[in-house]
This record gives sequence, structure tokens and C-alpha cells, in this order.
Amino acid sequence: MNLKELYQEIILDHGKNPRNLKKTENFNKDAKGHNPLCGDKVHVFLKIDENKNISDISFEGSGCAISMASASIMTDLMKEKKENEVKELVDDFLKMIKDSPEMKSKIISDDEKTKLMSLSGVKQYPMRVKCATLAWHTLTSAMNNSQEEINTEKFD
Amino acid sequence: MNIDNIKKQFPIFNNKVHNNDLVYLDSANSSQKPQVVADRIYDFYTKEFSNVGRSVHYLAVAATNLYENTRSMMQKYINAKDPNEIVFTKGATEAINLVANTFGQKFLEEGDEILLTELEHHSNYVPWHYLRKLKGIKINFAEINNDGEITIESIEKSITPKTKMIAITHLSNVTGAILPIKEITSLAHSKNIPILIDGCQGAPHLKLDMQDIDCDFYAISCHKMYGPTGLGVLYAKKKWLEALPPYQGGGGMIREVKKEGISFGDLPNKYEAGTMATAQVIAFGESIKFLNQIGIENIEKHESELTKYGEEVLRKNNSVKLVGNPKNKGSVLSFTLDGIHAHDIATILDEDGVAIRAGHHCCQILHDKLGLTATARASLGVYNTKEDLDKLNESINNCKKIFDR
Repeated sequence: MNLKELYQEIILDHGKNPRNLKKTENFNKDAKGHNPLCGDKVHVFLKIDENKNISDISFEGSGCAISMASASIMTDLMKEKKENEVKELVDDFLKMIKDSPEMKSKIISDDEKTKLMSLSGVKQYPMRVKCATLAWHTLTSAMNNSQEEINTEKFD
Repeated sequence: MNIDNIKKQFPIFNNKVHNNDLVYLDSANSSQKPQVVADRIYDFYTKEFSNVGRSVHYLAVAATNLYENTRSMMQKYINAKDPNEIVFTKGATEAINLVANTFGQKFLEEGDEILLTELEHHSNYVPWHYLRKLKGIKINFAEINNDGEITIESIEKSITPKTKMIAITHLSNVTGAILPIKEITSLAHSKNIPILIDGCQGAPHLKLDMQDIDCDFYAISCHKMYGPTGLGVLYAKKKWLEALPPYQGGGGMIREVKKEGISFGDLPNKYEAGTMATAQVIAFGESIKFLNQIGIENIEKHESELTKYGEEVLRKNNSVKLVGNPKNKGSVLSFTLDGIHAHDIATILDEDGVAIRAGHHCCQILHDKLGLTATARASLGVYNTKEDLDKLNESINNCKKIFDR
């Protein structure tokens, strides 16, 4: 997919109307992420129940269309997922954005895979990869109870 | 001046970008290179290569003469008094680091102040920042006005009895404001304060006369002047180069080296330690010739007309907001679009072959002041035309269309 197609798809779907753009009530985990090069900012909120399921997930933030769409798609996908599934999906997504041709995980539908793959267009633009991965790194940070703000400049 | 003929000298424009003609609007970041500069690098490496200033064989002598010839050309280009006032560095960044480091070492003490402006590029802030920790100095920032300009009043207001150096940009790489550097220099000298001008954006676009401006230091980036990367020039008055300590130590900059002590070489060798960017210096001579052939006055006129045209076109476009409105403006057009992040703009414009920059342009202090995280910036060079600016506007409208659906 070329980048223009990517833009058209994510903007139609998520950019103008991001899902889960709010602060979860009674959240019990959260983390902030910042991409200083672009100024993208994201704050991820999680409510994890006693069975270690994500019962609610949301985000607040501002930034480019790619970062907002990525956060929107991610929060949609992670609802009702178990802790270990979240880890598997984050790893799978980051691998796909880096070098893998597709998402390998079996716990998501083909439909969801297609949606995530729409973000793979950033691969040709190394400067924009950080926009697509910011929310995902921030989610990991929230899951790990890390107090440190995620800063994309600390990643390779 | 025939822009078609000038453009033909830049082979990059023979290439297509995403199947489109290249509209290069990122010259404030780095300019494209004329064929003569690329050829000179190739010829030097294939026919004339030797290290300079050391050996006495034929090639070494010839290369040394070529290298020193560029120094003399640069001296004339900026009307410095003496060729030894031209120091080659790896870039304007190193030129400013050289001054901050050596001036700081020798002349600054705890509580002393450096005066910068809110327009400064990180390369004219971070080198001074080190002195906060090392020497306990304070850094002040002269404030911009609503048009994104720095006035002489703003500088005057910010000078205190403790100000020991004023370091300001010649031309803002974001708002395009051209600072009244001659007046500011005269103000600084009336208070016995030396002044450094960051000339990265000034040197490629404006006529320079060091003896007329009378500044103490002027930093130049050669790759923004149609020259090679990895090369900068520090102009410094001879009295400073004699008074300041060396910056880096190594071969080429010494006179005598003994176990018990070292004496340093004369100017300009004192500041040129190690093997320098020889091929780049020699090729930069071609950049100066290129600029001289067109004439900097003609370049100024052409770019000023284009900037006015660009402002006009973008002001007519209701979705565009220009950043800054300086009366005396260089060829920089920074802008925002409502609801579209600068990086999205740059990526979509790129698909149309339009190369602009997006981000904070290494000016976070200024962007914080303006309350913006990022801006899009189109900047001009000698090869740009009105058609390029029409193409920019068209591509901005495309971008709007994608986001407005």
C-alpha cells in the first residue's frame, strides 16, 4: 500500500473520528508517551479486572494522523484481551512495522489483521515509524506499571 | 538572470520523485549542489588528491594551494580583512561550539550572562548551554514581537551589566526575520560586548561584508551555500583568534611538541587540527564561483520576489496560516494548516514531489513561544520559480481534500 492510500484509509476510518478518545473512569493503569521530534503525545488508560483482562482501554492525546489512527486502532483491538495476549499483539505489531511482511498472531481476526496492516505503509518512511508505534510502546509501559514517560527517541 | 539555465546546472532536477518533477523547497535545511561542485570533488579525488599542509611533494603542494585558494576566495566573498580570519570547521555547528568553548574557557566566570534570542536554532543555544554547568553562567533570551521579529529594542532591553557575549541569528530559519545585525553589533560594541552572528541562513541569501557589519564572529554553513556537507566556516576577527586558546588538539595545529610542553601554530592552523575536509574545501571554491557568477545581489532580488509571491499565494489560501510576519523577511515560508499535523502535510506533499520540512526546525524555544508543536516550512533557493510555489499551493489543496472528505 502506498502512503497516499494509507492516509485515505486511516483518515476515513480513524483519523477524523478516533475511537476511545477519552479517559477511562476508574482506570488502574496508565502511561504517557511523547515523540519530541513530531510533538505527538499520547496518554493510555487501562482498566484491568481481577482476571487480568482489559475491561476498558482509552487514550488522550494529540499528534499527526498516523499516531492518532494507530492509537485508535490499538485501543479498539485490545478491549477484552488478556494480559499475555496484549503482549503477544504488541510484539507482533512492532515486528510487522519493523520487518515482518504480516501479522502472525492467531488471536485476532483477518479483518483486524487487515486494519493493522494498513499501517504498514509507514515502513517505507523510517521517520514516520515512530508515529505508528508510539501508542503501542506506551501501552507496554502502562502494563508494566512503568512510571517513566515513553520517549520515542529512546528506541532504535 | 535566467532561472532555467541556473536550474540546468543542478543535476538533481533530472530525477523524478514519486514520478513527479522535483519541487525542492527545503534549501534552508540544505541546498542542492551544482554539477561543478560534484565534479570538483570527483576530480580532486581522481586526479589531484593529496593531504595538505604537510608533505612537500608535487601533489601536496598543489592541493595545499587549492585549499588555501578557497580560504582567500571566502575572505573576499565576505570581505574579511585577512585570509587568516577564515577558519574551516566541520560545519556552522562546530564554528559556534569553537567560540562557545574557547571564549567560555578564557573569559567567562560564574554569574556571567550570554544573550541569545528566542529565534535561535539549537546550534546557537546548546553550545552555550554547556557553559551553564561548566562555568555557572546564565543564558538570557531576547523576546520576539508579534510578527516574529527581533528588534534592536528587544536586544537593548535584555542587555545587563553581566552580559559578556551576544549570539544571534542573522536570519530566522522559521519566521524568516532578518535581524538588524549591523545596528545590534554597534549597540553591543558600545557596551563593550562581543557579538557572534549565526549566519547559516544569512550567508546563502544575503550580501555579506564583515568589515561593514563589524561583528566579532560569523558562523557559516557551506552545505546551505550550494557547497559540500561536512564543512563550515568561522569568520572571527584576528584579535579574537589570537586571544582565544585552541579548540581541538592534534596534528597540523602545533609548532613544537616536547615531552614537557607544546607550542601552537600560527593562524589559521591553530584552529584546524587534524586532516581537514580537504576535498570539500576545494569543491566549496566552486560554490563561491557559482554564487559570484550569478551575483549575490541578483540572488537576493530573485529570492525576495519569490518570497513575496509565495506569501501572496499562501495568504490567498484560506486554510494556510503563515508563521511570523516580519517586515524584512528572508526566503522562508513557515505555515500551519488547521486540523492537519505538519508531518502529515510533509508526507502528503512528498507524494506530489514537493519537498518541504516539517517539525520544529531545531527551534523548540521558538515553537514553545508560538504555542505550536510543529510547523511546515517551504524555503527557497536560487533554482526556485513561481511555478514551484504554485505547485506547493496546489499540493496543499490536495492535502486539504484528503483530510476534508
